[in-house]
Parts: sequence; structure tokens; C-alpha cells
Amino acid sequence: MLLFLEQLLNGLQYGVMLFLLAAGLTLVFGIMGVINLAHGSLFMVGAYAAAAVAGHTGSFALAALAALAAAGGAGLAVEFLVIRRLYDRDHLDQVLATFGLLLFFNELVATLAGRTPLFMQPPAWLGGAVEIIPGVPYPTFRLAILATGVAVAAGLAFLIARTRLGMLIRAGATHRAIVGALGVDIRLLFTLVFALGALLAGLAGLMAAPILAVQVGMGEQILIATFVVVVIGGLGSVRGAFVGALLVGLVDTLARAFVPGLLKQVFAPTTADALGAGLASAAIYLLMALVLVFRPRGLLPA
Amino acid sequence: MKVPALVAALALFCAGPTVAQTPVKIGMITTLTTPGGYLGEDVRDAFRLAIDEEGGKLGGVPVQLIVEDDNLKPANGKQIADKMLQQDKVKLVTGLIFSNVAGAVAPTVLEAGAFYISPNAGPSNFAGKDCHKNYFVASWQNDSLHESAGQAAANLGYKRMVILAPNYQAGKDALTGFKRYFKGEVLEEIYTKLDQTDFSAELARIRALKPDAVYQFHPGGQGITFVKQYVQAGLIGSTPMVVSEVSMEPRILGAVGDAAVGINVTGHWNNDFANPASQAFVKAFTTRYNRAPTPYAQQGYDTAKLIGSALKAVGGDLAKEDAFRAALRKADFVSTRGSFRFGSNQHPIQDWYAFRSRPAPTASRRSPPRARC
Repeated sequence: MLLFLEQLLNGLQYGVMLFLLAAGLTLVFGIMGVINLAHGSLFMVGAYAAAAVAGHTGSFALAALAALAAAGGAGLAVEFLVIRRLYDRDHLDQVLATFGLLLFFNELVATLAGRTPLFMQPPAWLGGAVEIIPGVPYPTFRLAILATGVAVAAGLAFLIARTRLGMLIRAGATHRAIVGALGVDIRLLFTLVFALGALLAGLAGLMAAPILAVQVGMGEQILIATFVVVVIGGLGSVRGAFVGALLVGLVDTLARAFVPGLLKQVFAPTTADALGAGLASAAIYLLMALVLVFRPRGLLPA
Repeated sequence: MKVPALVAALALFCAGPTVAQTPVKIGMITTLTTPGGYLGEDVRDAFRLAIDEEGGKLGGVPVQLIVEDDNLKPANGKQIADKMLQQDKVKLVTGLIFSNVAGAVAPTVLEAGAFYISPNAGPSNFAGKDCHKNYFVASWQNDSLHESAGQAAANLGYKRMVILAPNYQAGKDALTGFKRYFKGEVLEEIYTKLDQTDFSAELARIRALKPDAVYQFHPGGQGITFVKQYVQAGLIGSTPMVVSEVSMEPRILGAVGDAAVGINVTGHWNNDFANPASQAFVKAFTTRYNRAPTPYAQQGYDTAKLIGSALKAVGGDLAKEDAFRAALRKADFVSTRGSFRFGSNQHPIQDWYAFRSRPAPTASRRSPPRARC
């Protein structure tokens, strides 16, 4: 039972991590209609900036600033130089251009920082473990990720539902032309939304740097799961991204934790290991397929 | 179009009397991009170091190194191999890092009648049923990594272990290899996903199973992620870890930091080896590239030395295939790992060592720990 609780917590924490990435991705798609494959690159830029600054100064606060500034800055530059030209093009062009950006960022980071993965540790006050479940020391930093994700979700909900900017974001998503006709600078709005997405990716990079390998190509690894989240939640829906992220996190974690064991009750150990590993790997895609069968537009479409 | 013609004419004129001075072309197909890119980078840089130390020669024979990136894709590797063999007329290929790329490239090279000498990948099938007279491995046969770890775990007295690897062929081979020499009880074999970034579910399973120790095979970046999370979960204090050198080399140590202290590592070479060849290599490599050489760098360097010894024997004339092959088999070079000879399958017969990582001797806050005997 304790093990199940621990795995639940693991799943929630992984889900929240995915949400930090998925929120930006889904915002950019929902408001601007752009599929941004380079979103993972902004995540990588954030992680590298954090690790480099933490390595030189030893300060987590400075690292956080650096991660947000680097990812936000890179996001603005990308929007200004590339994405701006893609709003009226079809998705294939967007995918091609942003895939090119992804390759470009990988080589840029490799040239600037080298191919050796960087080192970063959590700040001292988050470096330990707490026994929130008796007998199970849980890393404090993972709880910090959980808290950050929940705070970001609450902040986004407030921003979108209660502020003037949020109103424009909602209106821009559904009635872009009308919003423009009413005198709102739609270009500026798009730039702001893209920068917000980049900041969230940078934040995810900052929170991931102490627990993942900070290396070239780290963005692509997590981007696939992020796209699954966005599809399950409903393209463009931030609420959907939150629900989708938690679902994906829980399903993936619980499948890896318990499916092989359950299969051992039925099959021989070697068969169970092989089958279990395969099923656990496929679990989130099965979930996505199921969701698409019954809710083709996602769980909470925008 | 006039320039190339002019250059060619000049070269003909200069080269006239001494035809043998045309450099021997060595094709290096290696992995320089993707997260595994630093492996190929170390092989390439050490190989270049060996060439430059002789002023552009290996074994006294001028060589020309042609480097291409396979992008960790078998199809890319095969395409580059075809180009090298047909256009560049390369008769000697090396450089492959990953076994899946080697599986596509090595047969292409061998069927064209050229030589292939591996500085890293050593898939077991080429050591047995698919062995070939022109195929040599200067690093190790893949199974040795995991078998040595199994032996080390047995020597350390661990009885009940949990073993983990990614769910693909090399991962399955890793666990099979480990079990061949580990005679205790394997409580659980856990297969992870190849693109997995979060290991908390697996770590919780390990905690619940309470094994004596854990063996894990996650090369490159995934290994860094795994060890970081293992340490943060507080497992390193209660459950020791055994790994092979590919899961814990200087670059990974640097990225994991002091958390890696106390991990048991098996390997064929480490950068603190006391033999003169190794010391000279480590010094030269560190001076030139400003980083500690990994075992991959050592393998690249030894590969170059091995090739040099055979080139010397035939005076750089690769047309003397039989003599070149015979010279390779002799392995008449001073290996940085100490004793080195080939078995009848043209894979190395060599010692494996048990290391344990300990804190770096200088008390600098950011300096990573170093693996020691």
C-alpha cells in the first residue's frame, strides 16, 4: 500500500513535469495555430543556462534567472525571426521549419557548451529527502517540482480566466480576425504568448536540470511524451494539458511499476518480463489511442 | 575547374620517384552528433593525436584520415561506407561506436574486400558465427562489459541483486551477460524504455525489493539521469551499485558529481594506469584537449597504434593483404592498457579491472570524483 502511494506520488510528479512543457506547447498551438517542434530546444536552452550559471556561481537563484532569461530570449528571437513567417502557412511548413530549428539549436548548444553533459545539483536546501510517507525518504527537489507545477497551473488558470491578457488570449484563440478588427495588436499578442510558452519551457528546463542528464538532444526525448499529453488533453487547451499530463504521468509510472509484476501472476517470469516491459512502454500510447477513439478532439478540447 | 587539374599535376610531379609516399587513406565512420556524440568525438580526437604525434604518420607511414558522422543511424553509416569504398578507394575503415551501426557497416566494408578495425563496438555475433578474416576489434567484445560486472558483483559478495537495462537488444545482452558470471539470485530484471527520463517507478521497486546491490546498464546520458535520480532517492547509501565502464566514465562522473562516489565499476582501462604508454597518452590528451580521456579515447588511441604497427610491417602497401592481416594479428604495439593480444577470433584477450569511484583528491567544489583502482 505504501509502495502504491509512493508510485502515485511519482506519477503525479512526472505528470507535473510534463505539464510545464505541455502548457507552453498547447498555448502556442491553441492561440497561434503553430506546431512548434523546437519547444524541446527551448527546454534544453533553459537547462543548459541553468547548469552553466549554477556551475560558475553555485547559486540556484541566479541559475533560475539565467534559465528563464535564456529560454525567454531564445523564444523571442525564434518568434521574431522564424515563427512570425509561419502563421499563415500550413502545418507541414511549420513542422519543417521548427524541425530545422531543433537541429540548429542542438548544433548551437554543442558548439557553445561542447558535447560533454553538464553537471547540476539541486540547491542545498532542496537537496535532501523528506519522509512524507513513513519509511520512504522522498527527494525534496521532486516535491519542489510538484509544487512549482501546481503553482504554474494555478497561475495560468488565473491569467487566462481573470486577466485582460487572458481574455485576449481566449478571444484570439477562437475569433482571431475579430480581435484584430477591434484594434488589438494581434502580432504583439502572439509574441507575448510565444514568449510565455518559452518561459515555461525554460522553467521546466531549470527544474529538470538537477534530475536529468543536461545534454544535447535532451529536448527531443521528453517532447514525444509532451505531444502525447497535448493530444490527450485536446490541442490548445491548457486545462486539458494539465489533466492530460497528470494522466500520462500516472499511467506511465503505474504501468512501469506494476504491469510486469501483475503479468508474473499469469505468465512465466521471462515471458512476463519481456511482455511487461513492452506493455509498460506502450501504455501512454494505448491511452492516447483510447482517448482518440472516444474523444477525437481530446478530453477537454479548447 | 582548372585548379584541381593543376594540383593533381603538381602532385604527380612531386610524387614521381617515391610512389609509396601517397598517404594511406583511413576511413573513420563514427558518431559525432546525438547525445552519444561525445563517444565518437573522443575516439576521433585520440586517433588524431596518435597521427599528429608522428607528424601525420602511423608506424612511419603517411596517413590521411577521412572522418564522417554516422548520426547513430545504420543507414547513414552504410551510405558513408559505400562512398568511402567506391569514391575514395578506402581500404581501411574504423570508428564505429554503436553496435547497431556496426551491424550495417562492417559487412559492407568486408564484402568490398577492405579491412574493418573497431575502436568500440564489439557485437558478439562478429566474435563467433559472423567472424571474418578482415574484421578486428581493438576494444572489447560487448559481453565482456557485463560479464566482468557479474564477476565483480560475485567477488564483492552480493547475493541478491536487481538488474536493469533499456528494453532493446544491447540491453537484453547486457543482462544475459551479467547473469552468466553472477551466481547469486536475481530478484528482478527491470527493462526500462530507451527514451525514459524518469526512473522513480523503478527506484521505488528497487527500494521495496531491498537487494544487496544493483547492476544497471544505461550508456551515455541515460546513465547520468539514472545515477542522479538513484542518489537523490537516497538509495546509494543503502544499496551499492555495480556498473561497467560504459556506464561510468570521466564525462559521466563529471555530470553526476560527488554523488557517484562509492560506485563499483569494471573496465579494461582507466586514466590512472601506471604504465608509461598510458601515462604519456593521458598527459598528451589532457594537454591538447583540456579534458580527461575516457576509455573511448584510449580505444581510439590504441586502434591507431595497432593500425600503425601493421602499416609499418607492409610499408604502407595495403595491397599486401595477407601480410597486413598477419601483422594486425601479431598486435605488435605497446598498448596503453598493458598486455594486449588477439584471440583466434581477432578480438582482444586482456585483463579486466575492478574500480571504485572516490572523491577527487583536490578539494575543489566543482571537480568531479575520479575512478580509482
